[in-house]
Amino acid sequence: MTQSTGKVKAVNGNLVVAEFDRDVRQNEVTYVHAEGLRLKSELIRVRGRYAEMQVFEDTTGLREGDAVEFSGELLSAELGPGLLGQVYDGLQNPLPELARAQGAFLQRGNYLAPLSSERQWSFTPSASVGATLAAGATLGSVPEGIFDHRILVPLAWEGTWKLTWLAPAGEYTIQDPIAKLVDAQGRERVAKLSQRWPVKLPIRAYAERLRPSEPLTTQVRIIDTFFPVARGGTYCIPGPFGAGKTVLQQITSRNADVDVVIVAACGERAGEVVETLREFPELTDPRTGRSLMERTLIICNTSSMPVAAREASVYLGITIAEYYRQMGLHVLLLADSTSRWAQALREVSGRLEEIPGEEAFPAYLESVIAGFYERGGMVRLNDGRMGSVTIGGTVSPAGGNFEEPVTQATLKVVGAFHGLSRERSDARRYPAIHPLESWSKYETIVARELVALGRRTLRRGNEVHQMMKVVGEEGTSIDDFVTYLKAEYLDASYLQQDAYHEVDAATPRERQVEVYGWIGNLLGQALRFASKDEARSFFQRLTQATNDWNRTPRGSSEYEEARAKLDGMVAEHAVGNEGRSQR
Amino acid sequence: MKTTYTRVEQIVGNVIAVRATNVAYRELAEVSSAQGRSLAQVIRLESGRAFLQVFAGTRGIGTDAEVRFLGHPMRVHFSEALLGRAFDGSARPRDKGPELEHSWVSVAGPSVNPAERVIPRRMVRTGIPMIDVFNTLVESQKLPIFSVAGEPYNPLLARIALQAEVDVIVLGGMGLKYDDYLYFRDTLEAEGALGRTVIFAHTASDPVVECLMVPDLALAVAEQFAVGGKRVLVLLSDMTNFADALKEIAITMEQIPSNRGYPGDLYSQLAARYEKAVDFEHAGSITILAVTTMPGDDVTHPVPDNTGYITEGQFYLRGGRIEPFGSLSRLKQFVNGRTREDHRTLMNVMIQLYAACKESREKLAMGFQMSSWDQKLLSFGQRFEREMMDLDVNIPLEQALDLGWRILGECFEPAETGIASKMIEKFWPRPQAQPSAATARREVGSAR
Repeated sequence: MTQSTGKVKAVNGNLVVAEFDRDVRQNEVTYVHAEGLRLKSELIRVRGRYAEMQVFEDTTGLREGDAVEFSGELLSAELGPGLLGQVYDGLQNPLPELARAQGAFLQRGNYLAPLSSERQWSFTPSASVGATLAAGATLGSVPEGIFDHRILVPLAWEGTWKLTWLAPAGEYTIQDPIAKLVDAQGRERVAKLSQRWPVKLPIRAYAERLRPSEPLTTQVRIIDTFFPVARGGTYCIPGPFGAGKTVLQQITSRNADVDVVIVAACGERAGEVVETLREFPELTDPRTGRSLMERTLIICNTSSMPVAAREASVYLGITIAEYYRQMGLHVLLLADSTSRWAQALREVSGRLEEIPGEEAFPAYLESVIAGFYERGGMVRLNDGRMGSVTIGGTVSPAGGNFEEPVTQATLKVVGAFHGLSRERSDARRYPAIHPLESWSKYETIVARELVALGRRTLRRGNEVHQMMKVVGEEGTSIDDFVTYLKAEYLDASYLQQDAYHEVDAATPRERQVEVYGWIGNLLGQALRFASKDEARSFFQRLTQATNDWNRTPRGSSEYEEARAKLDGMVAEHAVGNEGRSQR
Repeated sequence: MKTTYTRVEQIVGNVIAVRATNVAYRELAEVSSAQGRSLAQVIRLESGRAFLQVFAGTRGIGTDAEVRFLGHPMRVHFSEALLGRAFDGSARPRDKGPELEHSWVSVAGPSVNPAERVIPRRMVRTGIPMIDVFNTLVESQKLPIFSVAGEPYNPLLARIALQAEVDVIVLGGMGLKYDDYLYFRDTLEAEGALGRTVIFAHTASDPVVECLMVPDLALAVAEQFAVGGKRVLVLLSDMTNFADALKEIAITMEQIPSNRGYPGDLYSQLAARYEKAVDFEHAGSITILAVTTMPGDDVTHPVPDNTGYITEGQFYLRGGRIEPFGSLSRLKQFVNGRTREDHRTLMNVMIQLYAACKESREKLAMGFQMSSWDQKLLSFGQRFEREMMDLDVNIPLEQALDLGWRILGECFEPAETGIASKMIEKFWPRPQAQPSAATARREVGSAR
């Protein structure tokens, strides 16, 4: 089939208009030829004989009359063994290889194959010849790091297929034929170790989607205990700059209890990706004892890289996540930040001179965001195995104001909201997740009634605090004052966590159950003090002792001693257990 | 042979449109009219017409003006000869020195491959405790100083530039008052630093389009020095003027504004400049310090807001002091773990206590009784402000940390600070520092 060709008629930033001759497809990949380079672009609007394209590169030097080549293919991801451990840009170019090929600066117009075509993979067939298979069915597997990477009947193949030939066990590259299948019409197609999938379409080769009910432990106490995330769930972290969104994402990417982590750094600082990039290969994954990089994939389209590729980077991330879900794995996609992607949409929308919606964002912003988060989920695959894609997206609201369109559109479609607050980060209370404003629809890992008690204490403590600002400490009853101190204590010694301390940075599930069990008991415990000063000094000492406890490794003798010390301190002021009678 | 075009079809704001063929996007042109000659840059191509923003402005330009395309985008001379020189936003000499021709480098070049970046490891010592102790500046960091008109941000920039151990200083001035330009030049000269400085200055009376070019020129030069192994500090003042120039051009081009008239790509435009900050593994580095004045002291204004999301922290300069709240160096943890073991603890505790002190002050202002704890916080706050926050304090980091412990020791009991016991044992000042408890009490008295 001959593809259409065209000529550039207008250039405005990264928006290029070309006149074309034959048929074109919406969202197909096109190449603009300029200064001896081929610049990758995507067709985003057709008007008469004019195609409007967003170019994924700097458009300096383009001239009217430059040739445009239409590929006929939608923007697609290459899916196959060798994805894990890679660092891609938004168009799936491997960045380390680009650096080797062209040096420290990203020169435009260079595109490399996402997966090595030379690397040999040791294939073990598992399907039987003659079987009738559908897209997503397993043909065999190759070992990839810590996983058995299943080789699937290409996901884009519709209908059912009869397997007529399967390669014997042995070494193959991603180019070698691995299976031959015939459809009902007798058409034969060849499957390889890798396949392509258009990134903007969800992969749906599963039996059913399930409600997310299994907790996903992030080892961040305030999240797991108070605002939990479930496997297959979605959550968002909006917050003003400097409130710690990215640090929270980084900690989660290290400690989250999932098989594969995909980090999509979209329009944010390059320096932050570099941390992950340089540190992960050195860190060991406590679950497997192998390098953390073996379960991680980084997609990196930082703020100074081409704006149009931001959108592509988010979709590339979710597509790869869905692909690994098809293997029965649990995948976490961390997108930082979805606002930058929304801004990229806004830039393009502005150049297209579309009628703007709120804050000049395009009117379709909400449906685009909803469509993205809905690609997450827990699924039962056709062979009965479970897999999940959990999505955590940061939002960078303008002015730190959560009323803005991106935050609002996101809140409608996520299952948990971790709102970061400026006041908490200014007071160095990390993680700065606001304990009264955040929410989660998922199940906590500790006893539910203790969480409710913790919430009540925090809310009541805040009320007392507000009241004290008006009536002063002297106008506050000692009971109220103790409630306030309890809330402050819960905040200081449980909700806050030191991200840079080797023990405190990550609190495993069992430890959270134990520590929060102890703290929950204290919150329900009636305490007697002679004066407010005595109460304050008691809670100051208790906070310090609990923080010492949080910093000792579980199972060590110091750990037990610290706990015993806490018990002793509380016993001095305890007066029976009011919490029990409440329940 | 380059053709000269003389059919100017449209003149709107600082942008002209001419009918011309074979023009490249972002190509430079020279526009000659009765008003003289000016550079101009192609910012849009559409059906046989090229739109150019004219650097010197369009005042007096006739429809018969001559437009000669130069066949290259914006570029700047690069060599050691730049050191000690000052240029304007069109890269023409602002001092009496000669024009520099040849050895061109293009501006606004491609960004650095993230895979080639390294984690920054070197602290930039400034002698200012609010920076060194609480928000350490790190080589290759990009950091704005959020301030308002009237604050001494330019003297602060100059002081950091002079004290920081860097090889080259590149100053980019945008909408700089002429006095401020002279201040920078004279201060650098008086301290003997002009010989390692390059200045690109757009002053308030210069044409607005030239303002847009300054960051790109400054950063292109800085990048060349860094690739050549130099440690470069880039000072930009004031980025709000740059953003306003962007706004002006965007509105002229009838772009749909997104927020308070600023173009939708403000974030990307700012990021493209700030992201030039880099530490090369086998070469030099670029550190960027930029002033962003906040219109109406409003940090949610689009310029400071977008900047905050791009940069690696920010310093708030208010009332002649660097505010501890809100000021942040995101890279500090790369270096402050290896300065001294008590650095991080002290930094966190002092800020927490200072925050508590502010609450006590509110209570005091409302006439509430002060508990003994409030008294302690008040005396701490006062000493903290006087001995550490004041910008006149100029001491090395280690001395500042010792001072911090001394202040804590004289104001509090160890347990009240919440510092882990191991740290207390090692660093808490020994009781011989007793007498000053009385001093502390006196200070509270005077605070009332």
